[in-house]
Amino acid sequence: MATQINKQLGDNIFLTTLDAAASWGRANSLWPMPFATACCGIELMSTAASKHDLSRFGSEVMRFSPRQCDLMIVAGRVVMKMLPVLQRIWLQMPEPKWCISMGACACTGGVFDTYAVVQGIDRFMPVDVYVPGCPPRPEQLIRSILDLQDKIKSGGTVNAREFKLRILPEGPSRFDEDELIRIRERNGFKLDDQKYDPVH
Amino acid sequence: MANETTDSKPSEIETVKSRLVELLPGVGLEWSEFRGQTRVVFASGELLRCLNAFKAAGFDQLTDLTAVDLLEYGNVDDRFEVVYCLLNVDSGLRLIAKMHLNEPDLTIPSATSVWFGADWLEREVYDMYGIVFAGHPNFKRLLLPDDFQSFPLRKDYPVKGRGERHNFPIVTRAES
Amino acid sequence: MPLELLDSPDLDENKREGLWTLNFGPQHPATHTTLRLVLQLDGEMVIDAEPDIGFLHSGFEKLGEVLDFNQYVTIVDRMNYVSPMANEIAWHHAVEKLLGIELTPRCKYIRTIFAELMRLHDHLLCLGTCVLDLGGATAFMYAFNERETIYEICERASGQRFHTSYTRVGGLLYDVTDDWVKMVKDFVRNFPRVYRDFSGLVMKNRIFVERTRDVGVLSREEAIAGGATGPTARASGVARDLRRDEPYLAYDDFDFDVCASQGGDCYARFQVRMMEMLESVKIIEQAIDKLPQGPIFAGEAGKAGMPDKKEVYRSIEGLIHHFESVMPNRQMAGPKDSIYAATESPNGELGYYIVGDGSFRAYRARTRPPSVLHFALFSKLIRGCMLSDVAAVLGSINIIAAELDR
Ligand code: SF4
Repeated sequence: MATQINKQLGDNIFLTTLDAAASWGRANSLWPMPFATACCGIELMSTAASKHDLSRFGSEVMRFSPRQCDLMIVAGRVVMKMLPVLQRIWLQMPEPKWCISMGACACTGGVFDTYAVVQGIDRFMPVDVYVPGCPPRPEQLIRSILDLQDKIKSGGTVNAREFKLRILPEGPSRFDEDELIRIRERNGFKLDDQKYDPVH
Repeated sequence: MANETTDSKPSEIETVKSRLVELLPGVGLEWSEFRGQTRVVFASGELLRCLNAFKAAGFDQLTDLTAVDLLEYGNVDDRFEVVYCLLNVDSGLRLIAKMHLNEPDLTIPSATSVWFGADWLEREVYDMYGIVFAGHPNFKRLLLPDDFQSFPLRKDYPVKGRGERHNFPIVTRAES
Repeated sequence: MPLELLDSPDLDENKREGLWTLNFGPQHPATHTTLRLVLQLDGEMVIDAEPDIGFLHSGFEKLGEVLDFNQYVTIVDRMNYVSPMANEIAWHHAVEKLLGIELTPRCKYIRTIFAELMRLHDHLLCLGTCVLDLGGATAFMYAFNERETIYEICERASGQRFHTSYTRVGGLLYDVTDDWVKMVKDFVRNFPRVYRDFSGLVMKNRIFVERTRDVGVLSREEAIAGGATGPTARASGVARDLRRDEPYLAYDDFDFDVCASQGGDCYARFQVRMMEMLESVKIIEQAIDKLPQGPIFAGEAGKAGMPDKKEVYRSIEGLIHHFESVMPNRQMAGPKDSIYAATESPNGELGYYIVGDGSFRAYRARTRPPSVLHFALFSKLIRGCMLSDVAAVLGSINIIAAELDR
């Protein structure tokens, strides 16, 4: 009987886990949400444009509505006024979702070590792949998408269990609240100052 | 040197000078020249009168409006310098008009009634230096968040800020 | 508006009824980058618009007070990132004027070629993305194809395709090679063909023309009083171009026209940009043919100039020279005075007001960005237009957020 089935089906059947099948599907149809704020956004455009052509890697369907996307590409520096917007957009994206932090600014603040620029978005939201460079070349961005695809394929689960473990902040080192207080005190701010109440 | 000749048009600037002296009797105007660029320093009390006179003398475009904090400059008594870069579009003549300003009263009249292009430039100067422009139609911060408390381009404000950039909630995978 | 509307909008403040507010941005594809508009609408008619900016304010001018004249060039690059080198040229133009340095002919020519390449860079992106916003994707692809060629030319000269940081006080980072000259010549030879395709896709595209004609009209008086410069002003009949009126670099040597139009609407602004591209190519063609030989660093730059890297690595004098140019306490001393100097960037007059305090660093480095004054005019331009015209008007004044917010 078994041989009969084998004969009929031949190589047309293969076994896998549901997790792997789902991850395979997800990895190969990433829909990016381009959160392009600055110069890196222009390189993101060139990546999508004629010469580099991101669609060769199955993730060219840029959607500007966060509800339709599962990959956020943060391209460019994020400043004080923009960070709440970024977080809000991130929270609106449906699970499972991933984030690529593109460029030195998004990763660490880059050359802008100033009062206004957030020193790395990973201090305030989860990031999956970092792309160094100022700006990264389009090839680098494509590499990062391939890496992300590998990451999804190797560890993805159908009901996104892998994210359940990642509930702690993932930034390089959490900015110490005491440090914040010290900076403020050194500059003459009182702690009971309403405006400067630490939010977290 | 080629640089020196770019914007100096000696005869024209002399006419403008005499015209301004005519238009502004009794106002102290201090003229100077640097690499072919004419500058004038005028008294802060007469701001609007001066600006109107500049416009009457043919400077119909306000190219730029900015300020300088002179706190660490050395050898100056004044705290702020407000700079108006003016241009006569037809003749291409430029004039840099400056005025000094001191604490505690950092209020000067707005130039929006003279050149409406001053609108955002004044808001930016307020944003960065805390100089208030009275009579501005829509006066508030331009670039920084409304609840930002300092004026970052003042010399006594640190480059890295006072920790404002670290003051946000953290979103983790648990929330999202 | 091309259409005659049955019930034309009431712009009278007292009679407004049933207005609604729409929030546009800060994350919206048609804003290109980050800016926010709060629109007051009557049906689909824009009654008022309140721009809200500062979503990319990163403290450029504060950094200008910390870094020296050569270091700050890496930061100004990032200001108008659509045409990075135009910023470098403007910044060092101002610095050299402050220090009183006269460039060598070769350096002037190379900078002029780059300034014009950047104009093409900027106009291509501006037109390409605006057509994309208005519904045509093909022109965008053509524009980016050509931009890639310009990127390659930049990369050959400086080693970086995007943020080149190529100019230095009194000179350039490296001299260009014969390869580079050949690349530019190829580019110039190819461009007319590309231009023909591109202009066919843009200016002969009926949808594009109808959506931009008579939209967002700026009168000559408003343009002058509002501080508009560059293509925006020239499209409103202010035929002013710093390349001709206050010649800097080598523009005196070339023959080119200043493109202007009387329309004042979005279409006229795009038209001026289209025409300027041809003029730019004309300038590049003349410059590359006449490219003089000689040193790239001005003799007067002395300590400020950077020695050739070969000398630095192979001789003690070169090393000492390098040391003297980069150590803060050994550097050239600047004058204790201030200067305003402007260049014609692709977007308009890009000026720097520098206050020197006697060191090799700016005490105050103020940028006069064209975008700020143009965007301040936006609410005037959009009043009375339709909601869908917002993308056209935004695209036509080419707002670059990093330059807008600094
Ligand atoms: S990393 Fe560099 S290119 Fe990217 S946004 Fe920052 S400054 Fe611009």
